[in-house]
Amino acid sequence: MIELICIVCPQGCRLRVDPENGCAVTGHGCPRGEVYGRKEVIAPTRVLTSIVRIEGALHPCCPVKTADAIPKEKIADAMALLRTVRLTAPVAIGDTVAEIDGTGVSWVVTKDM
Amino acid sequence: MRLEYDVVVVGGGPAGLAAACSAKEAGAGRVLVLERDKEAGGILNQCIHNGFGLHYFKEELTGPEYAHRFIKQAAQLGVELLLDSMVLAIEDKVVYAVNITQGIMEIHGGAIVLAMGCRERTRGAIAIPGDRSAGILTAGMAQRYINMEGWMVGKRVVVLGSGDIGLIMARRMTLEGAKVLACVELCPYSNGLARNIVQCLDDYNIPLYLSHTITNIVGKERVEQVVISKVDENRKPVPGSEMAFDCDTVLLSVGLIPENELTRAAGIPLDARTNGAVVYENMETEVDGIFGCGNVVHVHDLVDFVTLESRRAGAAAARYAMGAAEGGGQALTLRNGSGVTYTVPQKIRVDTDQKAVTVFFRVNDTYRNMTVVVRDSDRNLCSFKRERLAPGEMEKITIPQKLLQQAAGDCLTVELIQEVRV
Repeated sequence: MIELICIVCPQGCRLRVDPENGCAVTGHGCPRGEVYGRKEVIAPTRVLTSIVRIEGALHPCCPVKTADAIPKEKIADAMALLRTVRLTAPVAIGDTVAEIDGTGVSWVVTKDM
Repeated sequence: MRLEYDVVVVGGGPAGLAAACSAKEAGAGRVLVLERDKEAGGILNQCIHNGFGLHYFKEELTGPEYAHRFIKQAAQLGVELLLDSMVLAIEDKVVYAVNITQGIMEIHGGAIVLAMGCRERTRGAIAIPGDRSAGILTAGMAQRYINMEGWMVGKRVVVLGSGDIGLIMARRMTLEGAKVLACVELCPYSNGLARNIVQCLDDYNIPLYLSHTITNIVGKERVEQVVISKVDENRKPVPGSEMAFDCDTVLLSVGLIPENELTRAAGIPLDARTNGAVVYENMETEVDGIFGCGNVVHVHDLVDFVTLESRRAGAAAARYAMGAAEGGGQALTLRNGSGVTYTVPQKIRVDTDQKAVTVFFRVNDTYRNMTVVVRDSDRNLCSFKRERLAPGEMEKITIPQKLLQQAAGDCLTVELIQEVRV
């Protein structure tokens, strides 16, 4: 039995995942927690947030996030990718910044600048 | 320059924006938001991580995305926004503010909403011994430098305090290439959300030292070394338990203080438990027509609750400005019972037209299987079960107005009672 704290929301439910029994989840307060518990044991993923350089805006940094969760082992690649990118204002929430190789997920802008 | 508005909101962060939008929706004519920074959104602009909006929008947003929704809504509703403008004083219902284009402004409001937020406690507030080297920053300051201004603040870091900002900055520094050596917490438990311990510390193998504190900082110019010690149950350092970390940066996440200089100078009564104004159920302070909301009233953990509280303040301010004052009438004072450290509101008018009154409160320790009881002088009015309670997690109960009208005496007590298991 694997014990986890759910990170889907601030509630922080204590999950128990049973790898012997098809990774059945107990202790979750909502369906999203059940999905998280199973995924966390089989192939953990995270939504990542960071910044990227931008020219011509109020600040030199534009906040970005991965449009979807990416595998944990891709976090370093995703961060390295951002260091190669420069944006030019204007940008809008949801604009694609760059796709993270091997994930099918892109960094997207999270602030109108 | 003399200006007139129905509702004047001091502060353009999440509290001020939500109050202004809600005042407009409640029918206020001219609504002004005064913001000292060069953009609206307040601290959300530097909180680039996600996790905002799960309660209010039922989706997971980053700070800038959450702010954007309200900035857009305020613009659509015709809320006027004055940026780069500093409020100097509030006297009666006149707000004195200054900016470089309009000079000094005398702004008359039908009602005023205080939404100045809070600021971080510093090294001075907790008196850490040691050298006064460069490289000692509050976590929020580092967050602004890194996320907005584009400056990296250090390479080897010790974080003091396990509040959410400290945990989030530990992860952020790591992602940007720094080595976070330790997160040090005085209490025997973390003050941050459990999810942040997992996704900020555990994910990056950052050790958390509970019941430890910094007992020395060494460094002539820049920080060179930090010494931490274990503390006993009285939070006194235990001699011989010292551990030294070679590092160049110390981040402090040691609590937030509501920013109430304007409130205090305006003669508005404050509550020593919250460091914010005493408020009624509609978020009105003890001065008629002046309302407060968000972190300036009490420090919240979740912006979603700031929004809900501020919407209440804005709507009440609009009603006041339109001549429907809610003052007068009998008010009940809320008292801390066992285990409770504060409540907001502190006062409830019995004749409130709200069907139910939401009361936020915090507890003084971690508890399991408790009942939260609200009682008047003779009996329990209502009770609420809670599986887990922790000081770092603000709690919320809702008291039906019908029960308030039945209350005997002029006080209500909110207290924790251990649940009896049959």
